[in-house]
Amino acid sequence: MSKKTPTLYEEIRSKGYSRRDFLKFCGMMGAMMGLEYSGVTRIVQAMEMKSRLPVVWLHFQECTGCSESFIRSSHPIVADIILDKISLDYTETLMAAAGQQAEENLHQTMEKYYGEYLLMVEGSVPTKNNTYCCIGGKTAYEILQEAAEGAKAIIAWGSCSCYGNVQAAAPNPTGATPVKRLIKGKPVINVPGCPPVAEVMAGVVVHLLTFDRIPQLDGLGRPKVFYSCRVHDTCYRRTNFDDGLFVESFDDENAKRGYCFFEMGCRGPITYNSCGVIKWNEGTSFPIQSGHPCIGCSEAYFWDNGPFYEIFSSVPDLGTETTADGISLTVGMAAVTNMTTYTVNKHPEKNTDPGR
Amino acid sequence: MTARIVVDPITRIEGHLRIEVEIQDGKIVDAYNSGTMVRGIEKILKGRDPRDAWAFTERVCGVCTTVHALASVRTVEDALDIVVPPNAEMIRNLMFAAQYMQDHVVHFYHLHAFDWVDVISALKADPAAAAGLAQSFSNWPRNSPGYFSDLQKRITKFVESGQLGIFQNGYWGHKAYKLPPEVNLIGVAHYLEALEWQKEIVKVHAIFGGKNPHPNYLVGGVPCAINLDEANALNAERFAMVQKLLEDAKTFVEQVYIPDLLAIASFYKNDWGAIGGGLTNYLAYGDLPVNGYQDVSQFKFPRGVILNRNLNEVMEIDGTDPEQIQEYIAHSWYEYTDGDTTGEHPWNGKTNLKYTGPEPPYDQLNVAGKYSWIKTPRWKGHPMEVGPLARVLVGYASGRDEFKEVVDAALKHLDVPVIALFSTLGRTAARGLETKLVAGWAMEIFNQLISNIKNGDTRTFNNSKWDPKTWPDEAKGVGLSEAPRGALAHWIVIKDKVIDNYQLVVPSTWNASPRDPYGQMSACESSLIGTPIADPEKPLEILRTIHSFDPCIACAVHMYDEKGTYVHQLQTF
Repeated sequence: MSKKTPTLYEEIRSKGYSRRDFLKFCGMMGAMMGLEYSGVTRIVQAMEMKSRLPVVWLHFQECTGCSESFIRSSHPIVADIILDKISLDYTETLMAAAGQQAEENLHQTMEKYYGEYLLMVEGSVPTKNNTYCCIGGKTAYEILQEAAEGAKAIIAWGSCSCYGNVQAAAPNPTGATPVKRLIKGKPVINVPGCPPVAEVMAGVVVHLLTFDRIPQLDGLGRPKVFYSCRVHDTCYRRTNFDDGLFVESFDDENAKRGYCFFEMGCRGPITYNSCGVIKWNEGTSFPIQSGHPCIGCSEAYFWDNGPFYEIFSSVPDLGTETTADGISLTVGMAAVTNMTTYTVNKHPEKNTDPGR
Repeated sequence: MTARIVVDPITRIEGHLRIEVEIQDGKIVDAYNSGTMVRGIEKILKGRDPRDAWAFTERVCGVCTTVHALASVRTVEDALDIVVPPNAEMIRNLMFAAQYMQDHVVHFYHLHAFDWVDVISALKADPAAAAGLAQSFSNWPRNSPGYFSDLQKRITKFVESGQLGIFQNGYWGHKAYKLPPEVNLIGVAHYLEALEWQKEIVKVHAIFGGKNPHPNYLVGGVPCAINLDEANALNAERFAMVQKLLEDAKTFVEQVYIPDLLAIASFYKNDWGAIGGGLTNYLAYGDLPVNGYQDVSQFKFPRGVILNRNLNEVMEIDGTDPEQIQEYIAHSWYEYTDGDTTGEHPWNGKTNLKYTGPEPPYDQLNVAGKYSWIKTPRWKGHPMEVGPLARVLVGYASGRDEFKEVVDAALKHLDVPVIALFSTLGRTAARGLETKLVAGWAMEIFNQLISNIKNGDTRTFNNSKWDPKTWPDEAKGVGLSEAPRGALAHWIVIKDKVIDNYQLVVPSTWNASPRDPYGQMSACESSLIGTPIADPEKPLEILRTIHSFDPCIACAVHMYDEKGTYVHQLQTF
């Protein structure tokens, strides 16, 4: 496999010239072009400049909602990301090329930037039968393995590629499987949500590019910066929960006052996401603000922790079938703590807060 | 001598679509389209609370987000006999309108424009001339020489970087591109502008539904409460924001989208106004109820079927009639218990996944047998085109003045006959024309909502059937809607308070399905026949026609494995 494209500076150095020779060359170039010294500095920068990070975005069992969320980003806006920050060499949603030419783009990037490109995956991979998702006559499984091999790192966008999501809900007819379970030996950044918040997606990309490193991840591979708080703890209606003030039916008097949705089945207490902090669509709102309980879309198996409008009675699969990563335990404890608070506060008349 | 061309993946669509065509003497003589991904959402719905179904089905598609949620709540409400309050209907309509404007603009600029606009040619344009041209057909204030010049410099720098990103390997320079460099520059500039604008209009979804993509819906109404004296509910500030977003959207549609559409169409009308017509039957369920979902006569988009392009007659549709809408699987990777040539009404839809295609990696599908994950729906046995063209034709043929006005004005502007509508370009133009109508209707509906609230009605939810104890032991429902891509319907059977059967027949199932047992092609395949292909290595013409349908394949393929054994997936990591 060939290496990544060197910058001009790297090429000059590789041919045995020193940095002093390189600066001299830039100065001569500047003189030829009639530039002042400040202009020469710009040439030096341009020659040394890194090429934009090549990115391959694969689509498997998905609804394209993550791509749609990505283009909703307000800072930075997506045009600036794809024109100035990354080189989005393959994405079936936006790329001009199709068919054979699209495949060429994919393979060219995979070869030319082997070990250097960033792989983004939207969607789960069917493993019950590989033919449940084919692109260009090849299976999703095969395409993922091939693309992952030369990737520097992998970002799993959305709950499908992180956890399998809706198609993995019981009985998971196609054996929808998350990326991390199929790939070994590569850093995988899980960015769950159905879809993830646009600015969270952009934020992960910007973090990689600006600080040249992967953001700190938690035990589930999620960037701590965006997934360390429960929606419940960052919810502006939290004081209503603490005060035992609950909506009992949609559009009732309590709903019109903006009370807490816990009794309507809100999953905020068991959901880790940025909805309460960054909010959605440039801070316009988030589900609870717009009158609907959180359905927990950034958590594994949230589809099977229903029905949505009933108070969650248990943490999914706590106990007999848990895996060793401990997340269920964390979530379980959080839920238990909340339930205790809830029980104590269930009857507002027992509340001693003089403000209420 | 025929040659087979395969285009897979078809990019700039939602989902995984493969096209195989046979070419003879430079023209397509046979065509096959295949949906190559399946998820099984319907099987997953079985046994669940019907009030949760909207959230599952909404995830069928994130490009046309909201549409399945709307169809789903209507379906459940139909089954349980729930009528939603007027405010809820109008808020749903505003979300519907916002979705149309966002989706159609994104389709035109980000999914379809590169079929007509040559990005590389734009680099040769004279920015001042581009500004003069743009100003001659639009008042959009950003169409200035400085704006086009800066934009051109930015794109030039991008191209010179050698990393072409999403523009890499496009069919640039193909002789089927006909626009002058200046129009190409306008197209590229507005591509970027539309990309920035589309994130604004969806804030309407965030206000009413908390987020976009995938805002929240509710059986019995909408989740957001109205309280003009409360910060945590819909109040004057929230409504003012909705109003501004709708006004800005209407301006964008009228000053950018429509002028660009007409300008581009004027260069392609002679050939592409006569290519890609395909089927001659059109179906629309209609939508945008302004007097409640039960009063179909007051839908802004009327309901009906047109057969054989006869615009003098609009036929009635009944989603509950087992003889009208049926799905076939003769060429789809499923099996029916009664044999593969029978048709099933969705309430009885029973299907098993059964892949019989070639072992991957494969070069060619076995098109004589089964070749797609998409089933084949028929109306009284007829293949139907659905989507913007069908809606506009049904509106036109129903004698609605608003439709006649926009259609006749566009035909006059382009100086083309009515028959030009039945084409690839006609389909693309119809999408723009209905966006213009929707942008106007959105303001009407908004004003209606405000006046209803002013009159003292703040209800957004009907609580009477929320409790499952109030439900009958068995109920059946159908919910009809018009997604941006066309006629969308969900069918439900509820037994013992849970979902017993759930079926979706979606726009791209109609348009992008394989042949039926009688060999009849569906809309996409049929529209490709006769299309000239200048360069088989670069089949730009195929993309033009397929993109004119705006296919959505995740929507189209959603079937389930009836015999699927329960495999509890727990070991995520």
